Amino acid sequence: MARAVKNKQKIINTVAAWGIGLLIFFPVLWTILTSFKTEAQAIADPPVFLFFDWTLENYAIVQERSDYMRYLWNSVIIAGVSTLVGIVVAVPAAWSMAFVPSKRTKDVLLWMLSTKMLPAVGVLYPIYLIFIQLGLLDTRTGLVIVMMLINLPIIVWMLYTYFREIPGEILEAARMDGASLRDEILYVLTPMAVPGIASTILLNFILAWNEAFWTLNLTAAKAGPLTAFIASYSSPEGLFYAKLSAASTMAIAPILILGWFSQKQLVRGLTFGAVK
Amino acid sequence: MNLKTTLCAAGALALVATAGANAATTVTIATVNNGDMIRMQGLTEDFTSSNPDITLEWVTLEENVLRQRVTQDIAAKGGQFDVLTIGTYEVPIWGNNGWLVSLNDLPAEWDADDLLPAIRSGLTVEGDLYAAPFYGESSMVMYRTDLMAKAGLEMPDAPTWDFIKQAAAAMTDRDNEMYGICLRGKAGWGENMAFLTATSNSFGARWFDENWKPQFDSEAWANTLNFYMDLMTSYGPPGASTNGFNENLSLFQQGKCGMWIDATVAASFVTNPKDSTVADSVGFALAPDNGLGKRGNWLWAWSLAVPAGSDATDAAKKFIAWATSKEYTALVASKEGWANVPPGTRTSLYENPAYLEAAPFAEMTLNSINAANPKQPTVDPVPYTGVQFVAIPEFAGLATQVGQEFSAALAGQQSVEQALEKAQALTADEMEAAGY
Repeated sequence: MARAVKNKQKIINTVAAWGIGLLIFFPVLWTILTSFKTEAQAIADPPVFLFFDWTLENYAIVQERSDYMRYLWNSVIIAGVSTLVGIVVAVPAAWSMAFVPSKRTKDVLLWMLSTKMLPAVGVLYPIYLIFIQLGLLDTRTGLVIVMMLINLPIIVWMLYTYFREIPGEILEAARMDGASLRDEILYVLTPMAVPGIASTILLNFILAWNEAFWTLNLTAAKAGPLTAFIASYSSPEGLFYAKLSAASTMAIAPILILGWFSQKQLVRGLTFGAVK
Repeated sequence: MNLKTTLCAAGALALVATAGANAATTVTIATVNNGDMIRMQGLTEDFTSSNPDITLEWVTLEENVLRQRVTQDIAAKGGQFDVLTIGTYEVPIWGNNGWLVSLNDLPAEWDADDLLPAIRSGLTVEGDLYAAPFYGESSMVMYRTDLMAKAGLEMPDAPTWDFIKQAAAAMTDRDNEMYGICLRGKAGWGENMAFLTATSNSFGARWFDENWKPQFDSEAWANTLNFYMDLMTSYGPPGASTNGFNENLSLFQQGKCGMWIDATVAASFVTNPKDSTVADSVGFALAPDNGLGKRGNWLWAWSLAVPAGSDATDAAKKFIAWATSKEYTALVASKEGWANVPPGTRTSLYENPAYLEAAPFAEMTLNSINAANPKQPTVDPVPYTGVQFVAIPEFAGLATQVGQEFSAALAGQQSVEQALEKAQALTADEMEAAGY
C-alpha cells in the first residue's frame, strides 16, 4: 500500500516537473519553430505549431546579412574571459570570507550584493564617460572588465556558499602538514570545490552571454556580441518575426548546447550543500 | 641583392602598406532595421568600389534603442558614429543644439531642389539642411475594396471622418472577427500619440497655444478623443490598446480589418502577395479630415545626418550624397525593380512613369506627403513645428505619458474626461518645470 502511494506520488511529481519544464522551455521552442516559418506563417492566426512548410530561408537571409561568426567570437571572448578573471579574483576573496571571517564579513557580503540592486542605467553615463576617456568604447577589453565587475558579487557569493560546506579542519590539517596558503587554496580547497566552481563558471558564463544592457550601450560596430546581433533584427515597423527568431536561435544555440552537455555538472553544483 | 638592399625594400614596402592602411577612412553608420535600410546595406559595394579609400561599418538597431544610443553618444561626445539615421523629430532639435553638421555643401548634382518641399522643410533649420532624406512617409487610409463594394460604399480619394465611421460600421462583423477599422492604441509618442496628434490637427486641436499653454482642456481635444474612442470601441478589434503598427499590419494582412489608417510605408507590405492574404483587394485614400483645412496625416522622413563630433565628416558626406541620390534610386530599380525604391523624398521619382506604373500607391503617397505642413500643422497658430509631434526635447517623454493616459482610456480603465484632465495636468507641470 505504502509502495503504491509512493509510486503515485512519484508519477505526480514527474508529471509536474515535466509540465513546469515544458512551460519554461516553451518560449524557446516557439522561437525555434518560428525561425523555420515564413513571415506570413509566423503571424498566422490561429498559430501554426508543427504542420507548416518548413524553410531555412530565414537562416540564409540572416547569414547573408550579418557576420555571425564575428558576433559569436565576441560573445565567447567577453563571456569566457570575464568569467575566468572573475573566478581568479573571487576564489581568494571567498576563501577569506568562508574560512577567516571577521565581524564585518557579513556586512561586506551584503554590501557587495547591494551593488546589484542599483539599476544599471543609473551608472550608465559615468561609465560611458570613463570609457570615452580610457578609449574603451566598442572594445572587448572594456566589456570584459564591465562583465567581470557586474558578475563578481554573484561569483563571490556562490563560491562563499560552497566553501562554507567544506570542513575547515581539512584545510587546517593541510596547514599542519606544511601547506602554504597558495597550496592550500590550489591543491586542497579547489579540488574539493570543483562542482561548485564549475557550476559558478557555467552560471556566470550564461549570465555574461545573455547580458544585453551594457553590451548594447557600450558597443558599436566592432565589439558587439550576439545580443547586438539579435537587436539588429528587431523592428517596430515591419513584420520580421521569423528572421528575428532565426537570429535568436543562432544566438542561443551555442549556450543551449553547452548547457545541455554540462547539465549534470550544473545541477550537481547548484544543489551542492543544499541538503545536509 | 644583398641583405641591406632586401631590408630597405621590405621597409619601403611596409611603409607603403602602412600608408595605404592609414589612408583608408572608416565610416560607422548607425541605422534602423527596415526593408529600405537593409536593401541599402546590400548595395553598398556600388559605393565602396568607386570609393576604395572608404570602409563602411554598420550598427543596426531597433529605432528606439538607436535613438537612445545616438543621443547618448552625441551628448557625451563619444564619437562612435559618423552617419546617423534619424527622423524629422530629432533633426530640428539636434540641428538647433549644434549637434549636426550642415549638409548645404553637398555636390550640386545631388540636386537639393529636387527634394519634396514638405520633407526638405522638415529637415532644415534656419536655412541649413541638417539631414538628407533617405525615405519619406506620411499616413493614409488603406482599405479593403471587396468589403467596401459589399457594403455598397465607395471610398472617396479624400474621405471625411464621418464617412470613415459610416464605412467602419458597414464593414464590421464581430461574429466573424471582421473589424471595420484598426488604429494604433499602444502607448508611446511614436505609437498612439503619432496617430492621435495628427488626427487632432484635423479636428482643430493643438498641443499648445502660442504661449505654450497646454490645450487638452479644449473642446477640440475632447471631440478628437471621444470620436477615436467611439470608433475603436464600436468597430475596432479587441485589445486595441496594445496594438501598434506591427499588430495592425498583422491583422490587416490576415483580412481582419476593413480599414487601417497608418504609415504609407505599409502599402508595400499589404499589397505583397507573399505576406498578405488580401494583397489583391487593397485600396488607398488620403487620411480623413473634418473640413477644417487640415488632414489627419503625418509626415516623417528617415534621414541621414553627420554628427558634429565625427572625425570622418567628408567621407560621411560622400556616403550620404550617394545613398540619397537619384543614382541610388536608379540602382535599386535596376537590381530590385521600381516598386522597391525608397519613396517619398524626390519630386523626380513621382514624375517617373516607370515608378508610377510599378507602385500603385505612389500617387496617394505623394498627395499625403504634400498634404502635411510641418511648419503650420494645425488649424490655429502654434509656436512649434511638427505634424505628429512637437519638435521640442521634452515632447518624447511627455507624449509617452499622455499616450499612456489615452491608452488606459481605450482599455476602459478611465473615462475620456479623466484622461484629458490628467494629460492637461501633467503637460502643464512638465512645461512649467522645463521653463516654458
